[in-house]
Amino acid sequence: MTNPLHHYQENHGTRVLAALSGGVDSAVATALLVEAGYEVIAISMLLAGSTGGHAGSCCSIDDFQDARRVAEQLGIPYYVLNLKEAFQTRVIDVFTQEYQRGRTPNPCLLCNRDLKFDLLWQRARELDAAYVATGHYARIGWDEATRTAHLLRGADPYKDQSYFLFTLNQAQLKRTLFPVGHLTKEQVRAKAHTLDLRVAEKPESQDICFVPDGNYARFLEQRISSERVISGEFVDQTGRVLGSHAGIHRFTIGQRRGLRLGGLTQPHYVTHIDPASGRVTVGTQEQLKRHGLRATDVNWVSGQQPDTIQVAAKIRYRQDPIAATVSTTTATTAEVWFQEASPAITPGQAVVFYDGDRVLGGGWIAGSLP
Amino acid sequence: MQQIYLDHNATTPIRPEVVEAMLPYFTGTFGNPSSLHWAGRQAKQALETARDRVAALIGAKSSEILFTSGGTESNNLAVHGVLKPRGATSLRLVTTPIEHSSVLETVKALGTDVEPVDIVTLAVNGQGRVSLSDLEAALTPDTVLVSVGLANHEIGTLQPIRELSPTIRERAIPFHVDAVQAVGKIPVDVNQLGVDILSLSAHKIYGPKGIGALYVRQGTTLSAVFRGGPQEREKRPGTENVAAAVGFGCAAQLCAQDIESTHPRLIHLIARLWDGIQWHIPDVVRHTPTQACLPNTLNVGFAGASGEGLMMGLDLAGVAVSTGSACAAGSVEPSHVLLAVGCDEAGAKSAIRFSAGRDTTEEDIEAVVRILPGIVERVRKAGRSG
Repeated sequence: MTNPLHHYQENHGTRVLAALSGGVDSAVATALLVEAGYEVIAISMLLAGSTGGHAGSCCSIDDFQDARRVAEQLGIPYYVLNLKEAFQTRVIDVFTQEYQRGRTPNPCLLCNRDLKFDLLWQRARELDAAYVATGHYARIGWDEATRTAHLLRGADPYKDQSYFLFTLNQAQLKRTLFPVGHLTKEQVRAKAHTLDLRVAEKPESQDICFVPDGNYARFLEQRISSERVISGEFVDQTGRVLGSHAGIHRFTIGQRRGLRLGGLTQPHYVTHIDPASGRVTVGTQEQLKRHGLRATDVNWVSGQQPDTIQVAAKIRYRQDPIAATVSTTTATTAEVWFQEASPAITPGQAVVFYDGDRVLGGGWIAGSLP
Repeated sequence: MQQIYLDHNATTPIRPEVVEAMLPYFTGTFGNPSSLHWAGRQAKQALETARDRVAALIGAKSSEILFTSGGTESNNLAVHGVLKPRGATSLRLVTTPIEHSSVLETVKALGTDVEPVDIVTLAVNGQGRVSLSDLEAALTPDTVLVSVGLANHEIGTLQPIRELSPTIRERAIPFHVDAVQAVGKIPVDVNQLGVDILSLSAHKIYGPKGIGALYVRQGTTLSAVFRGGPQEREKRPGTENVAAAVGFGCAAQLCAQDIESTHPRLIHLIARLWDGIQWHIPDVVRHTPTQACLPNTLNVGFAGASGEGLMMGLDLAGVAVSTGSACAAGSVEPSHVLLAVGCDEAGAKSAIRFSAGRDTTEEDIEAVVRILPGIVERVRKAGRSG
């Protein structure tokens, strides 16, 4: 296992493309690369909005200004890539369509998979850069014996972002640096203070960057014409109609709030969404539980696909992993069976497989298994 | 690393003589030109000498020159200043789709519910030129302004202003010409062109940033947009930027002196650059016309390469060029000019603008011709494998 940042003599003149968002993590990541002797080129990505942007979301003018000032302070070139069009079609449009299919998309994952890394890689090749670096809290290890790169959890258990990186492959990992992965958030802020970076105390960005107020329903309703809204009935596990709702895009599996169903003796949760009939099925916490799920577009970080493997599976970002068995069904699909039934299997989210600190791979949740 | 600057259409370095001329006006001669005492008189005199020099550069009278903060303000003042006294009756304004955003955005903002101006955008051909017949067809009795740029900032196309002006003046319609990119690069004479209002800027002609001028022909009605003082013939209130005006005047004078020697040199340098590009790089397309264009501008499309990537690659090799226009965040938007002259989105995104200046050398051009092919190849390859 090697330190991701080697030392000055080795790195001197090695060009790195560093993604700089205007936040403290990527600022420190970039600063560490400069300190380590790399020739660093800083890049921000303009994803949404054009001139406005809102404070507290990404892509506000203030963030680009902060990123630019950090790059100036570090004495490195800085560019803003215009990815608005790609972000619109590959993230925002997909986000909207997924809700209409009764799924709950994870735009950060879509953005990482279909945008950030791909396009950063293209720019890196264009500019003859050897590495792409980001401020993700994850680590990359190297196993010399098998000549395999490992994707590992970030050292800070509260900040670990390895969940969002399960789509990376060997070729990408070998050309990627996560300079703050071995640090805690506290250490990152301390480093930012030591370097007198202007973003040292900047608050974390919250929520989905293009829905800054967190009101997804309103955001979606601005994009789905009223005649295409899939409204319908609430039903219980037996199919009995309990009421009606204003559109399936307002619901996610496991949701309890906002159902407005009277006359039920215990809390009810959304257990199933059927886009064809517009039916939203509700049930008790017990009825929400499933023993397994089907995953599509499965990626194995090592490039080696196992037949069956015991893993610790994470089905949401903010959730402790649960013991599971993964069985490969086709080249890109798998079934995941949990040791104990788990609530809220949400199609559209990712399931990520861990072995201790190591990310083995993951896939996209297509549906639950009883 | 060597630094080569080929972005003179964005801005130019201030000539040392200009800096020298400006310096006394920050400290010694610091007065407010509106003051009635000795300090004011000294400043006023400097301001008026500067005005004479700017006027001389474009064949205007001193009294027809208003100082502004630059080309963008000049264009705003031209459009708003002409429309303002007309009131909210039905009005027509004629322009082209390849104008600088300081004209296009200003005009677009007028075509709203609040100010229901009928905006007619003339068609341009593949080189960005408008035709006299299209213009004639667009002119109606309620047309109150025609605004056409003399030289295009992105591709360098010159409009046939002299051909257009008689038709417009015959109808007594004010004719505004944005000459920000033309002045200093080609001879510009307001009487030969037959225009009524003309915008120019100091920092495009080796003068300071933050100052420009609007030529307004005697007898043309133009209202102030800002309020607050009688300066600049009551058309543009605010204490004049004397030092910058002096710099502008000095730059105008120097520019008038050496335009004849600079012009053929620039043509030669751009020809060498284009020859080199064509010889070494396959699949290139020239967006700048070969005739009737600025002598210093070359806009080239590199099929299959991202202009953004090329610009960055060149920048990292020390060569400053531009691509598209920058948005507020600093990222590149595809050029509306290239889209208007018939480029598709991909074509518009693969173009680079080189603009040479009086400080550009043969060695600079040779170096670019040496560096560019490798960068284009790398960027094209990266695009294919992505």
